[in-house]
Amino acid sequence: MTALNPTDDPAYHLFQQRFGALRRVRQTETILTFAVIILLSVIAAAWTDFLPAKIADGIPRIGEYFGKLFSIQPKRGADPIPVLALPHLFGGVKQPQSIAYWFYRIDVYLALLWQTVQMAILSTAIGFGAAFMLSFPATRSFVGSRIIVFGTRRCLELMRTIPQVVLAFILVWPFGIGPLAGIIAIAIHTTGTLGKLFCELNENADSAPIDGIRSAGGSWLAQMRLGVVPQMMSGFLSHALLRFEINVRSSTIIGFVGAGGIGQELKRVIGFNIYEEVSAIVILILLIVVAIDLASEQIRHRFIGAMA
Amino acid sequence: MLELVDLSRRFGDRAALQDASLSIADGEMIGIIGRSGAGKSTLLRLINRLIDPSAGKILSGSTDVTALRGKELRAWRARTAMIFQQFNLVTRLDVLTNVMCGRLYDMPAPRVLLKWFTPTERALAIRALDRLGMAEVAMNRADALSGGQQQRVAIARALMQQPKILLADEPIASLDPLNAKLVMDALADINRRDGITVLTNLHTLDTARAYCRRIIGMAAGRIVFDGAPEALTEPALREIYGQPGQETLDERITSTSLAAAAIAALAG
Repeated sequence: MTALNPTDDPAYHLFQQRFGALRRVRQTETILTFAVIILLSVIAAAWTDFLPAKIADGIPRIGEYFGKLFSIQPKRGADPIPVLALPHLFGGVKQPQSIAYWFYRIDVYLALLWQTVQMAILSTAIGFGAAFMLSFPATRSFVGSRIIVFGTRRCLELMRTIPQVVLAFILVWPFGIGPLAGIIAIAIHTTGTLGKLFCELNENADSAPIDGIRSAGGSWLAQMRLGVVPQMMSGFLSHALLRFEINVRSSTIIGFVGAGGIGQELKRVIGFNIYEEVSAIVILILLIVVAIDLASEQIRHRFIGAMA
Repeated sequence: MLELVDLSRRFGDRAALQDASLSIADGEMIGIIGRSGAGKSTLLRLINRLIDPSAGKILSGSTDVTALRGKELRAWRARTAMIFQQFNLVTRLDVLTNVMCGRLYDMPAPRVLLKWFTPTERALAIRALDRLGMAEVAMNRADALSGGQQQRVAIARALMQQPKILLADEPIASLDPLNAKLVMDALADINRRDGITVLTNLHTLDTARAYCRRIIGMAAGRIVFDGAPEALTEPALREIYGQPGQETLDERITSTSLAAAAIAALAG
């Protein structure tokens, strides 16, 4: 008996034929799909002025803002003074381009930054609570009634589809200018996004403990509280911390429509073209956002490690 | 006295259980045997009302169990405690809390939300665990236990429900032989000492013969055998386990015992 070379097997040739045909069909599909995507991208770029020539024109000017920032406006015919020079950097409040000159309103900024962080904490906490409660009736595998699932889901969708800034702008009318409108706006958006994420986590819940509680006569509430929540809590909190980081950034921007925090001040100084103050605020925002991101990441990882 | 009258359950167009009629006296220990998909699990889940029947009735004394709703339904579920192949504990919670979950059926909602159990409930739970030799791991998280230990915690939870009937769905299918024996002995003890009716699905015939005075055989959603283990002759077994065209059936192929399986392999 001689060993048959595997490629001489007629079954192999038949397989090769069919496999080849199938692959040609798949390749054609892939090429067509990509062609359509590229065509649509080109049309979109043309409509939105995303043109190579414009980008090339703009790139050399990116540094312009910093050029203005690092120089005094030559209003009275004086030469621009580079800002990062030791002789004047540690000068007093009256010395242009000194740190003290830049940050002469640091007390106001810090108070506003603290307000911004508080806005983020409050809105995340409120949004977490609401999303937590709404995620259970929004989960198909937990609820028999299609109407309840449908209703809750559309409700969550509505909350996250309205842009936060628009929502804050609307809420500034009834609640007045200040952080309250911003907190409510971010809390509503947080409810919508976290609710959706929690709901997705819930869909993957292990049904064994839920069945266990149900078979022992536990009510729907008991099934959720003891069958679902223990498996889901670490995932929920991890998502909430990530959302908190996002909300710190959101709450700086939301002030632009008068909804409190550092953003409101940032908009004012931008409006007056006070470059030093704009830069001071932007630097402070960057610092606080990076600090909170780092801290939150640490907590999140420790959390996942402890709960996994 | 539990009575099933022409009980049927369909999943889509597949009949998982067809016209099952049974009469079960208080305090019986019954083994249900049959191939996978024969409807054994469906039968137990129907009795516990985890799923609803498509047709037929379940009667307990003069109560129509199939008509129970709300609080009464939950009380019925508590009285017909279930044990699962995969234990179905809340693995992220400690053992004691898992056992106390057997009391959820009559706990007010605020206590459920706060996981607030009374000293009496804690004492009962510890006693149930102690009976199964599991008291010293009461504060461990359930997922830190072995399969055999988890199943005994599940039995403690079932006892906590103070049931009249215990429904065990393949309680030993995921366990090693030693733990399987511990679990089956515990079920037999509960049946004998507490007078609790035990209905257990088993996929090994020798276990059913060793522990049960009455055996129910199921095939393709129907009850095809109901009688004492001695009455399980070869024709009866072929009806339960056999495939069409298969001439003989070696009983030892359903055994978990290594020796028997080895003999069967040698003989075959």
